[in-house]
Amino acid sequence: MTINLIILPVLLQFLLAIILLFFWTRTSIQKIISIAGSMFSILVAVLLFSAVYNNKIITMQAGNWGPPFGITFVADTFSTTMVLLASISAAAVTVFSSVTIKKARMKFGYFPSFHFLLMGLNGAFLTGDIFNLYVWFEVVILSSFVFITLGGKKVQIEGAVKYFTLNFLASMIFLTAIAVLYGLAGSLNMADLSGKIQNIQNQGLVQVTAVLFLVGFGIKSAMFPLYFWLPDSYHTPQAAISAIFAGLLTKVGIYALLRVFSLIFIPDLFMKNLIVILAGLTLFSGGLGALVQVNMRKMLSYLIVCHIGYIIGGLGMFTVAALSGAIFYLIHDIIIKTNLFLVAGVIYKINGELNMKRMGGIYANYPALSLLMAIPLFSLIGVPPLSGFWPKIDLFKESFTTANYFLLGCFIFGSVITLFVISKLWSEVFWKKMKNPVRKPYIRYYDEMPQNQKVLLILPIIFLSLILLYIGLGAENIFQLSNKIATELMDTTAYKNAVLGTTKIHITP
Amino acid sequence: MEIILAIIVGLLYASGIYLMLRRSLVKLVIGLVLLGNGVNLLIFLLGGLVKGKPPIIPPTDTVLGQIYADPVPQALILTAIVISFGLQSFAIVLIKRTYIVLDTDDLDQIHSAEEDEDDY
Amino acid sequence: MRHLTFKTATNFLLPLLLLFSIFILLRGHYLPGGGFVGGIIAAIAFVLHAFAFGLKDTRKLLKIKPMSLMPAGLALAVFSAILPIFQGLPIMTGLWMNEPIPVIGLIGTALLFDLGVYIVVLGVALTIIFTISESV
Repeated sequence: MTINLIILPVLLQFLLAIILLFFWTRTSIQKIISIAGSMFSILVAVLLFSAVYNNKIITMQAGNWGPPFGITFVADTFSTTMVLLASISAAAVTVFSSVTIKKARMKFGYFPSFHFLLMGLNGAFLTGDIFNLYVWFEVVILSSFVFITLGGKKVQIEGAVKYFTLNFLASMIFLTAIAVLYGLAGSLNMADLSGKIQNIQNQGLVQVTAVLFLVGFGIKSAMFPLYFWLPDSYHTPQAAISAIFAGLLTKVGIYALLRVFSLIFIPDLFMKNLIVILAGLTLFSGGLGALVQVNMRKMLSYLIVCHIGYIIGGLGMFTVAALSGAIFYLIHDIIIKTNLFLVAGVIYKINGELNMKRMGGIYANYPALSLLMAIPLFSLIGVPPLSGFWPKIDLFKESFTTANYFLLGCFIFGSVITLFVISKLWSEVFWKKMKNPVRKPYIRYYDEMPQNQKVLLILPIIFLSLILLYIGLGAENIFQLSNKIATELMDTTAYKNAVLGTTKIHITP
Repeated sequence: MEIILAIIVGLLYASGIYLMLRRSLVKLVIGLVLLGNGVNLLIFLLGGLVKGKPPIIPPTDTVLGQIYADPVPQALILTAIVISFGLQSFAIVLIKRTYIVLDTDDLDQIHSAEEDEDDY
Repeated sequence: MRHLTFKTATNFLLPLLLLFSIFILLRGHYLPGGGFVGGIIAAIAFVLHAFAFGLKDTRKLLKIKPMSLMPAGLALAVFSAILPIFQGLPIMTGLWMNEPIPVIGLIGTALLFDLGVYIVVLGVALTIIFTISESV
């Protein structure tokens, strides 16, 4: 069973999705199964995480075909951490969506698609095969298409067209890159490719392939200049869906970037500079975009783009300390972006507005709730000792020592913009008085909800805020974790040995 | 054969991207379909073209001796085809829905609403 | 489309195509064929029937919703994939019976998996085609 523990996060989500498909129209049963299943998946993720963190990398050959021919699943510290984070934010979102998603929309397969999405995410994190990574990516985007069109209103359809086109294009570029890579190296196993790629004569073509991967993953993770689809589509679906998109969907692109560029293509000077410049411009343009928005959710979408720059910047510097900072930021970012969009959802339920100019008065009416919401907002800015502060130290320091002053400037710019934008949000939404509020008949307001639904709405935010507090106050542990991951990313021999090393390839006559 | 295939792949990519840059939604989807087929052919081409050499080991040998056709690209293409089948059917439903809701197939018209009468 | 010849021909073609799809499914392990192709052929049989007699009749013929085929097929495929776990082998390892069964041949989990794929593909293809043609 130990060998199959690695596939359990994927399998569990798959089984949940299938069970939910049987209850296609029975939404109340779906809610219960989905919430219980998500809780159980956290347990599984913790089991897998502790098994890998305390011992060594677990690998499994699907179908018992020896590497590098079969599809390998690899659980190292990085992938198990991502699985754990994904299951935590997913559990929060399932609870939240059991209240907010309209019943009519749940009947279009909201919960089954949710678990298919998580299956894809977990698969993408755990696979050790580049083509298999593509397949998991497609599972993720196919289920996200269900989400982005759910509702079928004008805005949602408009967002969906942009989202679909750019994601399809990204997949095609990714697949092209895989085709070229296979033609060059004759293998799809990432550990195997890692050894083979240096021995290829035509290093120019290898560079081109690397850039193709960068573009493909760059679109998915909303990197400059390929991010335009994100702020145009992430604000259109319902709050719970936006939260899962913001927390996990762009991060799987980042995960793939970090994995591919540390394992297969080791960045040379040109690549490092390219990534650093792109990261700086991502921070810059995302920040400027957030500055001019008045729509709260659109502003947060631009902040996603902005903060992607921190992680990519860490990758661009490519030292252990920089990668460690980037991983720390990634851990913090997944939880906080999920939480922020849930907060935005609750604010919308209270105010019934998306435009910040027309909002207000939350602090006066709900002081306790406002204090709770302050935790994620302040963590995002990076007020010490909250979670956003710690990874930035690493990143700032490392950009000094590697003399990346351009990147340092952009890091600081991004932080200042975040501070400005969040304080604008705070004063507009929380402190300002709301002028002539209009009650809209099609919204279920927060104060109209029964008590148990209010609890279900707030509970995920409390849960995620507690985790954020832990990341901030227990930063030492997270530092150790991110440092371990960064060391593993820089020195891939353990990964390669775990996949290829001990097993002998023998073909039975 | 390689040269012909390479030209076809290039043509498919070029026409796919050209159609994607047009303003019509229908042309956009046709472009995506062509692009998908171009990628599939590219996998086929880069997997190496070998004629009449199946990857089968003779009973007397233990390893593959001479040049053989690589079976992996076939598997990759089959998977890619199934995936693009799903994506394309979604795309067709999506453009139809877009046409019904927005009453246009001009991509330049798709930038209207900031918010809608909807419970987010 | 609703020509008498077409209708009569469809009446004969439907069982033939279904039989052919099962044939394709079963020969899939060693020869060209398999669950995906078989499922598509079976879907074509029903689409042909829908063209000849209208969607309503086809739905009546099918009795169950094509949508409900999807979870059933997926469950079957997953079941075949997790069977090896109970023997301590990695997931999706092929398990085979020792003795071949007459007519069908040697049976393993691969056949079960293919059967699952067959059902899923049939369900998905019919759902897509029915949905699109109904809303036109």
